[in-house]
Amino acid sequence: MSDPVTEADLQAYADGELPEERRAAVGAWLTAHPEDAERIESYRRLAEELRGTYQGVLDEPVPERLERALRPARVRRAAVVAMWALLAAALGAIVGWQLHAMRPAAAPSADVAASMAHRAVVAHATYSPEVRHPVEVGADQEAHLVAWLSKRLGTQLRAPKLEAVGYSLVGGRLLPGENGPVAHFMYQCNRGTRVTIYVRSDMGSNRSTAFRYAREGNVGVFYWVDNKLGYAISSADISKEDLLNVANAAYQQLNPP
Amino acid sequence: MNEAQRLVELIPRLRRYARALVGDRATADDLVQDTLERAWAKLHLYRRGTDLRAWLFTVMHNVHVNRVRASRITDPLEDDMPELAQRAPQGDALLVRDLDRAITRLPAEQRAVLLLVTLEEMSYEQVARTLGIPIGTVMSRLSRAREKLRAMMLGQPATAKLKLVK
Repeated sequence: MSDPVTEADLQAYADGELPEERRAAVGAWLTAHPEDAERIESYRRLAEELRGTYQGVLDEPVPERLERALRPARVRRAAVVAMWALLAAALGAIVGWQLHAMRPAAAPSADVAASMAHRAVVAHATYSPEVRHPVEVGADQEAHLVAWLSKRLGTQLRAPKLEAVGYSLVGGRLLPGENGPVAHFMYQCNRGTRVTIYVRSDMGSNRSTAFRYAREGNVGVFYWVDNKLGYAISSADISKEDLLNVANAAYQQLNPP
Repeated sequence: MNEAQRLVELIPRLRRYARALVGDRATADDLVQDTLERAWAKLHLYRRGTDLRAWLFTVMHNVHVNRVRASRITDPLEDDMPELAQRAPQGDALLVRDLDRAITRLPAEQRAVLLLVTLEEMSYEQVARTLGIPIGTVMSRLSRAREKLRAMMLGQPATAKLKLVK
């Protein structure tokens, strides 16, 4: 005598998921239970209807914006070279103009995030070379630093712990942003390479964006928006992979799954 | 073939699933776009040699759950909602004329399971892995989804249509 037929068997029968050796037994059982047989048959028909209903979507041309989602903007070598000269001359204004000129039109929200990334790059380039005054408040007063910046930005901030990826907190400062105060945290590895985290709390919408990457001159930046908070993590002279590693560690702490 | 090319090839399937999941085309394509952006940013987390389609659908599932949560759409996310909170099946049968509309009336979690099994023709085990739920939960959601759908479509056999009377 074989095992009793269960509801799971019946579902699996309708989906053709039932192991070969079980099929005959369930088939026989269904012959003896016409009501269930009819029900299972209707499930099978529903599945067919469903596939039929949506079959057409597979043949629709894929909108360009979807393929573009897999092709992020590429770095342009010439632009990078030009950027070096410009950085030396008048960093903020000219880079802004240059960026504006080379960036294709994007959705407004993407624009806000990209403009945040740009400001983060400028802040990184401005403060990370500082030897004597890289930060306003040092890591020795971390609790005070975080409390102060949280108060000014009107939201509870966190300085992620990045020791696991080789960086420790140097400290932070308050910066003027596009529409209000911005928090800026600086980290350093034992070889002296610095990474900065730029945090805005006025992104406004309740929309979140994906993790994005951009590069200006020698500064690379990963950035994303999580509800009203915008984050950008920048560094110069480390590879995209190394920066990604740091950004990921920060991202996972700032946006726990 | 690299992962990026394989992702491109999976776009039509993502669109089909998204269309059935959320109903209208623009919202579905927004969901697909967010999914692709996220998948692209997280591609380093994908383990080579494992099932890329299952991984991509997991990404889509997470993006969808976040979007629903963010927009606070009143969608019965839990499938353990008391039956009282749901419309009586008979009433639905009168209102629901199309299978696609009936689908959108299923609780989101049941809908996801049903669509992965029927549209994507995933095995129960793949569905369990994609949605991060035990296989027993896959089975119970599938069976509830089908029964609800059948009840909704009752009296409206989807293949039998209007009879022309002259």
